[in-house]
Amino acid sequence: MEAMARTDVQLMLDVKAGDERSFELLLRKYRTPLVNFLYRMVRDSGIAEDLAQEVFLRVYRARNQYVPSAKFTTWMFRIATNVALNSVRDNRYSKLSVSIDQTVEDGEQEQKVMELRDPSPIVEQELLARGRSEIIMRAIQSLPEKQRAAVLLHKYQEMDYGEIARILECSESALKSLLFRAYETLRVELAPLVGAMKA
Amino acid sequence: MASEPIHKTSCTEIEATLLEYLDGRAGPAERRRLEEHLSACAACRTRAEEFRVISDWLEDLPEISPSPAFDARLRVRIAAEPARISFWRWLPSPRLAFATAALIALSVWLSSMPGVVMDRSAVAQQAVHAEIEHKIPAAADADFRMIRDLPVLENYDVLSKFDALSELPEPPLNAAPQGERIAR
Repeated sequence: MEAMARTDVQLMLDVKAGDERSFELLLRKYRTPLVNFLYRMVRDSGIAEDLAQEVFLRVYRARNQYVPSAKFTTWMFRIATNVALNSVRDNRYSKLSVSIDQTVEDGEQEQKVMELRDPSPIVEQELLARGRSEIIMRAIQSLPEKQRAAVLLHKYQEMDYGEIARILECSESALKSLLFRAYETLRVELAPLVGAMKA
Repeated sequence: MASEPIHKTSCTEIEATLLEYLDGRAGPAERRRLEEHLSACAACRTRAEEFRVISDWLEDLPEISPSPAFDARLRVRIAAEPARISFWRWLPSPRLAFATAALIALSVWLSSMPGVVMDRSAVAQQAVHAEIEHKIPAAADADFRMIRDLPVLENYDVLSKFDALSELPEPPLNAAPQGERIAR
């Protein structure tokens, strides 16, 4: 007898009923997309893995209360987005605790612990030194968190606007506006790269 | 015959649908409107081209793979989670579970029954009721029935005024004045 492939919702309902193997199947299916989404949000592979584990743990803990009111991916990525946004905000606040005037001894010279980055667009000399992917990753990092999440969900998870709006808890029109502003920001950040391509 | 006014789409109006158009998700009417505007507006045409380039670059970003220990670490964390404990697990056998459920149901049923008294004072009241009904002449029965269920049976002053209760003993010498005795 040919076995029917179970949907994500059915797998999660089976997890709710106590089937641990169904949880393994969901883990295998979504660990890579989840880790990559979180990596592109926080730009640190170690933190991305920790956050992905946290997402799967929350999915597991919530199994008894799971009600399939939306797609499984909508529910899971909403958890992932919240976890990522909290991490980004916590990380930003912890960085502020380091004084910009703090120095450390490095041989005969004093070095500053933290150098403030020049917020101006990437200069052409830098383009020669770095790969395009690195530059694009930096540009994504420069986006406000919600715009960043909108771009990543739109581009990499192949979700429709309705689903992304439900994840980000906004209207579809607000989401489209968010995406437009995000691409406008990327267009400004990547202007030298785009210019180099056109030349 | 008057011609229909031509509505020119502004640059602001296409903002909401430009990405949808680049994704190939815009409907036919929306697509026509956008293409009409893009053919006439160089700034929006440049914007649309650059959005498309950036979108293509985003697709080419390399993916990372979870570390080999990812699954194992997660399993350890899940194994450390507290187990889900059902209430019925406390009962060792189905028979005991049934007996417990039956006992609970019986208690609830008994406590909800009207007229079921559980204390001595109520039982004593019923006994007095029965005796009084036996002794009251038929003529005074109607009057007495009106106050039969009132908590006056503990008020000696009220009771002593009933003719049917002439057999009651005289009140004690140190009894409280009339009106101060309150039925419980």
